Amino acid sequence: MNLFSIAWKSVKQRSVASMLTALSVALGVMLMVVVLVIEGAVDGALNQRSIAYDLIIGAKGSDLQLVLSSVYRVQPPIANLPYMYLDQLQNDRRVETAIPLAFGDFTKPQHGGFPIVGTTNEYFLNEYTPGKMFEVADQEGTRQLSELYDAVIGSQVAHRNGWSVGDQFSIVHGSADSEETHDELFTIVSVLRQTGTPNDRSVFLNLEAVYILDGHQKPIDEVETRLKDFYGNDSERLGIALQQMEELKTRRAKGQQFGDESMGYGLDTPEAMKEITAVFVKTREVFDAISLQSQLKNGSKAMAVNPIRPIKRLMTSFVGPIKSALMVLTGMIIAVSGISIFVSIYNSMSDRKREIGIMRALGARRSSVFSIILAESTVLCIGGGLMGWLIGHGLSVVFAPYVSAQTGLLLDGWALNPMEFVLFPVLLVFGALVGFLPAMTAYRTDVADALTS
Amino acid sequence: MSLLLENVRKSYREPSGHRLPVLGISRYELAQGEQAALVGSSGGGKTTLLNVISGILAPDSGKVVVDGKDIAPLPEVVRDRFRAVKIGFVFQTFNLLPAFTALENVLLGMSFSGRGVDRAFAISLLERVGLEKRLDHTPQRMSVGEQQRVSVARSLANKPSLLLADEPTANVDPANQDLILNLIRDTCKENKVTLLMVTHAMDVANKFDRLDKLADFNDPQAAYQGAAT
Repeated sequence: MNLFSIAWKSVKQRSVASMLTALSVALGVMLMVVVLVIEGAVDGALNQRSIAYDLIIGAKGSDLQLVLSSVYRVQPPIANLPYMYLDQLQNDRRVETAIPLAFGDFTKPQHGGFPIVGTTNEYFLNEYTPGKMFEVADQEGTRQLSELYDAVIGSQVAHRNGWSVGDQFSIVHGSADSEETHDELFTIVSVLRQTGTPNDRSVFLNLEAVYILDGHQKPIDEVETRLKDFYGNDSERLGIALQQMEELKTRRAKGQQFGDESMGYGLDTPEAMKEITAVFVKTREVFDAISLQSQLKNGSKAMAVNPIRPIKRLMTSFVGPIKSALMVLTGMIIAVSGISIFVSIYNSMSDRKREIGIMRALGARRSSVFSIILAESTVLCIGGGLMGWLIGHGLSVVFAPYVSAQTGLLLDGWALNPMEFVLFPVLLVFGALVGFLPAMTAYRTDVADALTS
Repeated sequence: MSLLLENVRKSYREPSGHRLPVLGISRYELAQGEQAALVGSSGGGKTTLLNVISGILAPDSGKVVVDGKDIAPLPEVVRDRFRAVKIGFVFQTFNLLPAFTALENVLLGMSFSGRGVDRAFAISLLERVGLEKRLDHTPQRMSVGEQQRVSVARSLANKPSLLLADEPTANVDPANQDLILNLIRDTCKENKVTLLMVTHAMDVANKFDRLDKLADFNDPQAAYQGAAT
């Protein structure tokens, strides 16, 4: 029999007290594991893994708002850019890919109020996150917005509404709780596989369709003002844009309305009239991204944002402290558990004085009884920790599909956070610390006195 | 010589600060394999004597030679190991650990000897005391007599040269008293273990060939007065 088996016997002898104290440790460790799993999922969703583009270009304003609106789709967009600016970007030698996105509409509130993203098919032909391409969940899906009113939907949208390929829906204008419904019906041509990114709760429409929806056309005067404001001194591009606007005025004077069915669903809308909310850009070289970013800083009405930086800032200033607070809280729970282990063992010492005396009389050294008590507290800490670790990961696995359905976060219940590798060594030291005082009591036990007690 | 006490003195410090002399033994010895009963009045120092012989307590002065080795000057940690290996103990109240089975209680005695546990020998000891069917029983599931038999088996687990028994039959019912006493004496004889049994029961003490009265060779007052002069 070694010291651990003797300690284990003692733990079993006081099974109820031992179980309760181990459970309190388990509770703390379980909470810590769950926090770490969720933090890992949030971190995964809020870092570069969420987007495979180097830059996001949008109207000047808050870089965080641009990222949150265009990548995470949880904030209203800042403002729009002229569609013609996309052409300018696509022709820039530093740009490999530039994909336009237009936001502002949502599915109906009863359909979950998911954000509508007007884009082009190129969006689906590029990686959504480094190394990962979009896949369709349905064999019938095409992953292509071939017709004007085609729609590709994310997995969460499909799950929430029970939608599949062929189903039709309409959308609302302006905000998720708006009652201003567009008349047009969109037909689902593809349901994307779950990605664990905001794409799961997005609905993708043909960019061209966005321009012809009722209420999306701005008054000509307003458009002209915006163009002048955006292009400023760039007289060449401003001249082209204003020329298109003049042509549009002429057509309107003749009674021709763009957006009219007879004119091919407004596909003749001049580019100068169109706007986009953001552009996802992949540059040819890393340096190109830096160069483009710094160029736009000076005198441009657009800005280029590295999607990682604002989110890292958000993580550091907001998510980080919350995580730290939760970790401190779980740490305190474990500390309280440790105190309960201490109290439990310490209280048992008077009852066990005779036991210790017997062991000493049988030849156990002071250091042996010291080690037995220390082993007991570490067994409770490690045992409770192991139990909590298994329960924490088990719960994460069990509830992962539910969390995923509700939030779109992809929880990997068995994902190990580096902090977990230090958890058990820490618990070992912690167990030794809380067992130290009771162990010293055992160490100091007077054998002769203990045997006559 | 299995046990030799020479000029052994032991006193306790009272709360007032004065020393209370308990032992003052000029010479006491037991030959190898000898069996002796030691009788004495309550509070006369019997238990202190056993604690000094076993090394649980260090004497104030004198020699305590067990199996040829004077343990009195040894540090406590060495005396602990010596006790585990050379001395067996049978207590009045058995002192079995309640969470351990009969076999585990015997193995526990071996655990502290530093020589490893010999499970087969532990089982043979329990068989010798008639408990072969009680190996996995915890003390609560055994009778008083059975518990004391486990205690006897445990005391012999490390093949000691000296067995100290502190009123081993005092808590046993009369029907089992002779059984326990004979068991201790017989197993000691079989294993050539020297036996010193402390008792206050004269009927038990009279069964021994050698009967020593503590008061006959222990005079603490004189020992300490002598030291003072």
